[in-house]
Amino acid sequence: MSSNNRPTDIGINRTGIALSPIDGPLMAEGASAAPPSSTGSARDAATVRLQYAVEAGDFGHMPPPLTLRGAANTAVELLKGTKANVLLDKLGERLAFERTGVRFYDGLIIKFEASGTWEGGPTLEELVAFRDDEARHFDLMVQTLTALGADPTAMTPSADLAAVEGLGVLQVISDPRTGLAQALHAQQIAELADVAGWDQLACLAETLGHTELTAQCRSALAQENLHAAAVARWLKAHAEIAARGELSAAS
Amino acid sequence: MSLDIFKERGTPLERQMFTWKEIAGEPYSKLDDDAFTRVRQILMHGVEQESCRFKHFAARFNPDLRLPLAQIRRVEHHQATMVNWLMPADQSALETTIGFEQVAIEVTAHVAAVEPDPYMAQVYRFGLLEDFDHLYRYAALMDRLCGKDANNILQSYTDIMPGRPTSVEHRSPEDDLRRYYEKTKAAPLTKIHAALITGAEWQTRDYYLTVGPTFADPLARQLYAEIASIEEQHVTQYEALSDPNETWLEKWLVQEATEAYAYWSCYCQEQHPRIKQIWERFLSYELEHLRIVRELMQTLERRDPAELLPAEFPDPLSFTSHRKFVRETLAEEVELRARGFDIVPPDQESPASVAYRAQLNGAGSPSAVVAAGYQWKPGTELTDPRTRRIEFASLAGEEAVR
Repeated sequence: MSSNNRPTDIGINRTGIALSPIDGPLMAEGASAAPPSSTGSARDAATVRLQYAVEAGDFGHMPPPLTLRGAANTAVELLKGTKANVLLDKLGERLAFERTGVRFYDGLIIKFEASGTWEGGPTLEELVAFRDDEARHFDLMVQTLTALGADPTAMTPSADLAAVEGLGVLQVISDPRTGLAQALHAQQIAELADVAGWDQLACLAETLGHTELTAQCRSALAQENLHAAAVARWLKAHAEIAARGELSAAS
Repeated sequence: MSLDIFKERGTPLERQMFTWKEIAGEPYSKLDDDAFTRVRQILMHGVEQESCRFKHFAARFNPDLRLPLAQIRRVEHHQATMVNWLMPADQSALETTIGFEQVAIEVTAHVAAVEPDPYMAQVYRFGLLEDFDHLYRYAALMDRLCGKDANNILQSYTDIMPGRPTSVEHRSPEDDLRRYYEKTKAAPLTKIHAALITGAEWQTRDYYLTVGPTFADPLARQLYAEIASIEEQHVTQYEALSDPNETWLEKWLVQEATEAYAYWSCYCQEQHPRIKQIWERFLSYELEHLRIVRELMQTLERRDPAELLPAEFPDPLSFTSHRKFVRETLAEEVELRARGFDIVPPDQESPASVAYRAQLNGAGSPSAVVAAGYQWKPGTELTDPRTRRIEFASLAGEEAVR
């Protein structure tokens, strides 16, 4: 196992003030001796942010509907009204999330290959299988949106925000300096969000009377629950081994 | 529609003012607004940055011009900021990069298509095919690293396919220099084109150098470093097109005319009402900047600037898809290379450039690796079942075999 899976070993971390016994107190004394340049508090900034929040427009909307030619009659009926756009937005969100999820697992597999695993950690086969699950879920969303007469290539507002939310996860997984456990810690955020996302989508589909879609979402939810549980289990095992000081022999 | 730059009156300089609130105004919508609104925003930030950059260098060599340079530059700095702040925060650095390449392709294609000087037009077509390839490489990175589709940004205006391979774009410096127009013979539009594209490319170089290290992915970091190097070459190429015998005031005049022409082009075609107002406001600012420089030229050089400027601007920059022009150029000129000032067939390529890039690509080519086997598909390559269900093969095993 490479050393980058042992970040809790002692190194030279210079970020804390305690490492500067002379300059640190001078910093604190100087700052407390200089009064603020103006009166007020953090609430002043909150007021500015509130003003922007009140004035700001939307960051985007749903695309206009495509022709419903080719969509099943039942789908056409179910897609009438604004409720349909709520569903299509969330379907677009899951599509984008699962597609990016495939790439997250591509990154995790590289981590595995670079640094190996630990006792109670993931196997390569598990990571590959989870990647396949994400790819199938992505395809399910493409097929569903297409059947509903929607454009599966459109980035819906919720898909856009989900991508912004996922940027930090991508940064951790794609950084060559992080190990598999650190990358899985980021992936845990994605898996927990994915579980919540499928749960919400299943409920929404049920509310709107999409029986088959509801069942498909529940099936995906079950798989994502397995993913989230597995990631949590792997991370717990890693922390326990690290705490016992056995990490270097773990692989 | 035409614009008489000698008759139109601009906003007096003392009334060209800003507040922080309006500088940090509401951005455009990445999802809802037309891709060419983003193209215009990126282009105009590049033009303003070039304007500020030029004025800083001019101030170092011209003590008598320092005050007017500083006064106009301050306004242009705030114009640049306000234009750049139109970018929305949900637009990632990689998405913005796709926008930058769309600017480079569509604006350069327009310039190449209408440039009156055949040599200059060839140079623009040459550079165009390189930026066209960058788009393909970045789109592959976005697809394979992030699982996202570059066409969400491009909105189907611009093709995603290989151009002149980035890996062969690396040239020795002497092969990036080009002949310059002669200031007494060149059409005003030729001068404006050179200033416009130089500014756009310099901005692209700077942007890639700034955001490249913010990526964690090592291949992304390599790719930004590689393409930033080509953008540096492009700045070398395009700035070489301007006559070095122009006086500082002549160059300043061209710069202000370029800004006025570009804002006017944006104003003519913008669909977003609030952003159209910004283009109109800044066009008015630029007309005044241009008037001030004309006066300075009359006072300091005792010359009539009307000799150097068109009475009316030609047709505006065309903010549209140039798919047909780009594909024709691609089919006919993708194999061309450079030797000294000339664009040449591949068998006449400069040995210096061949050696230069052999060394630079010696430890691998990021642009080749990032797009290995890549074909863009609507909705990313993962819409293809063959890509989605790829059989897993151990990389460690492959590495061991090597």
